[in-house]
Amino acid sequence: MDELTSVFVQESREQLADMEAGLLRLEQDPNDADNINAIFRAAHTIKGASGVIECGFIEAFTHKVENLLDKLRNGEITVSANLATLLLGCCDHMGRLIDVLEAAQAEPPADIAAQGEDLTRQLAAYLNPEAAPPPVTEDPGQVPVVEQESPVEVSGGGVVITDGWHISVRFGPNVLRGGMDPLSFLRYLASLGEILDMETLPDAMPDADEMDPESCYLGFEIHFQTRASKADIERVFDFVRDECELRILPPSSKLSEYLQLIEELPEDSMRLGEILVRCGALTQAELEEGLRLQQESRLGRAEDSKTPPAQLGEILVEQKVVQKNLVDAAVDKQAQVSEKKARESRMIRVQADKLDKLIDLVGELVISGASTNLLATRSGQTELVEATSILSRLVEDIRNSALQLRMVQIGETFNRFHRVVRDVAKELGKNIELQISGGETELDKSVVEKIGDPLMHLVRNALDHGIEPASVRAAAGKPVQGHVALNAYHDSGSIVIEVSDDGGGLKKERILAKAIEKGLVQPGQNLSDQEIVNLIFEPGFSTMEKVSNLSGRGVGMDVVRRNIQSLRGTVDVTTQEGRGSTFTIRLPLTLAIIDGFLVGVDKSAYIIPLDTVVECIELKDQPDNQHYLNLRGEVLPFVRLRDTFGIKGADPVRENVVVVQYAGQKAGIVVDQLMGEFQTVIKPLGDIFKHLRGIGGSTILGSGEVALILDVQALVQRCAAAEENRMRNINRLLSTSPN
Amino acid sequence: MPESQRITLQEDLTIYHAQEQKMLLLETLAQADAVELDLSQVSEMDTAGLQLLILLKREAQKAGKKATIAAHSQAVRSVIDFCNLAAYLGDPLVIPAQETH
Repeated sequence: MDELTSVFVQESREQLADMEAGLLRLEQDPNDADNINAIFRAAHTIKGASGVIECGFIEAFTHKVENLLDKLRNGEITVSANLATLLLGCCDHMGRLIDVLEAAQAEPPADIAAQGEDLTRQLAAYLNPEAAPPPVTEDPGQVPVVEQESPVEVSGGGVVITDGWHISVRFGPNVLRGGMDPLSFLRYLASLGEILDMETLPDAMPDADEMDPESCYLGFEIHFQTRASKADIERVFDFVRDECELRILPPSSKLSEYLQLIEELPEDSMRLGEILVRCGALTQAELEEGLRLQQESRLGRAEDSKTPPAQLGEILVEQKVVQKNLVDAAVDKQAQVSEKKARESRMIRVQADKLDKLIDLVGELVISGASTNLLATRSGQTELVEATSILSRLVEDIRNSALQLRMVQIGETFNRFHRVVRDVAKELGKNIELQISGGETELDKSVVEKIGDPLMHLVRNALDHGIEPASVRAAAGKPVQGHVALNAYHDSGSIVIEVSDDGGGLKKERILAKAIEKGLVQPGQNLSDQEIVNLIFEPGFSTMEKVSNLSGRGVGMDVVRRNIQSLRGTVDVTTQEGRGSTFTIRLPLTLAIIDGFLVGVDKSAYIIPLDTVVECIELKDQPDNQHYLNLRGEVLPFVRLRDTFGIKGADPVRENVVVVQYAGQKAGIVVDQLMGEFQTVIKPLGDIFKHLRGIGGSTILGSGEVALILDVQALVQRCAAAEENRMRNINRLLSTSPN
Repeated sequence: MPESQRITLQEDLTIYHAQEQKMLLLETLAQADAVELDLSQVSEMDTAGLQLLILLKREAQKAGKKATIAAHSQAVRSVIDFCNLAAYLGDPLVIPAQETH
């Protein structure tokens, strides 16, 4: 696939996404003109671009969609649920056509082509009844040839009555198959003015054997009188513009233009000349004069063969016969193009691996910057220290901007779910509204790409299992319309994505019963509510009795959890029976560089992600066996890194507690030294260390030493679990001892 | 070969029936010297239908046979009128005093 095509594929996908979002909004607010314009522009852009890369099948189909959108834009048809469904279907079909193009197939396979034809028919059904005025057959008094505007009025409007437009149109063979009837267009044309005379030309029709009754062979020469502009006349034929040859000569056209018309049309010149005379465009004398002139100039050219024959077009320009409004239209068009170019130049497309390379380099810059800093401090030269500190501030800025380049807003991912919710809700016969908040929250592009599938699963689950059928909701006294909400926000160095619904919630007894049945837990095992609901993430777990189309096959939630864990994230669920459930996904903001807090235990250094650090306090007067302390009246469990990592060596004079917070839980990490902030480039640990708990990665310090990055989440959970165990033991002791 | 055969088209002269109607018309023309076409039952005619009429006329002329449209419905008449083909087709357009519609 060449570069142009791949750019087209990518851009068209974006346009399609815009178009789809627009269509979904359209259902909510059918009168938003800006929105309709945006949808139209998206379709128009795809059509134009597909023409540039000469992809006929996309262009043809999109053209029809665009026609319908144009009608919508002009307020000629109104938005209905069916129309929105049809347009969304067209949107999908365009996506499939782009897939075909991407797969480098010359034309769409039969099944896709059939879908396209089906959609085309449906489109035509919207187009045609509107395109034509009520068929003439229904009202004999309205045969369009008779005056709809009286000639007196017309002449009052400044139009020379003896002269008129000449329209010459040859319909392409596929017009009828495209669901369009040339007669409808001509009848519509008649509504713009008065058809003074019309000649039907069946000359193009082949012999009976070859004649396909579903192809169109007709052409028309029309002498037409109207006050409408050329653009208006052209617009009549908009829907078949690509499939017909249309020539429009304005009133008072030069004889040469008629001659050009005669030359260009497929039929015999003499016959055409006669027809023009017959329909009143030319007089017999004019025709003869014109043909004679033409003949003479040909002879003249033949004599003087060195000068190339002047093109009729050039002559027209010289004679300045081009209408002023045509020039204006061209200028307008140019202005639009340059405006679009300006808008495009504000965006640059960059290959993702170039960005990765940049971020790698920035990472190295950060590491070597740290070592320069260290050396400067050691040298004791104030000026050098100052210079390096400025340098390190700049490096920090560069790091932030480089990372920013990879950041994308999650809103785009969220918006895709409008369609999912709409379609699934329709399929299930439920009335569900999707609420989105925090769409502007940014996170790393690579994370966004991978979060789509798990999110999709959670949303579908919420729609299918979460939201109850309307009757159940009504019986429970809840509003009939269900709500599913997507929310995102930043919280201590991670991004939190919530999928919540106001449905029935998870039924703990059923989950527990199922888990026992599946052997996931032992009967009589004492589990907290939180532990029970989190059982749904276990492999092979599904409480749904019947497997539906959407979910409930029991392969879902454990895959969701695994996917999220592979991004160093977590997923949790909270639920309230009868009120709904909320799934909370926590993900690290970035995968590459973080602000770290450097701490030391004995001789080794460790990094705690700075975003998780709440405060630092000194640990003193602490009994050795106690693993919690009193933090301003709050119980704070802690771990000693010295014990956790089995570091030997003399106890330090002073121990410090770094209070960290993760997912609302606080814990303390006891270390020897606090060494301050440090920009940390995360280097993944090798595969052998994959199962190591409590360590998230490594980094290189300015001195060249390696420091391990603590996995705060694992440590906090470990603290919390240990604390819970201890409490349970105490409870057991308390409950058993008195008896 | 029968001298003249009369066909009464019941269905609309539209693209939906064009394929079968073409067969019908041409076969009838092949079997007879003259074809009389009764279009009084046709309530709708589009471009495809119009083309068929033109085709029938042309083929008949080529074969030295006669194809006439004996009766027009109001729909057929208005299309022929609109396209200015009454002279080309050459059949008298009977305009009833009172339209039975």
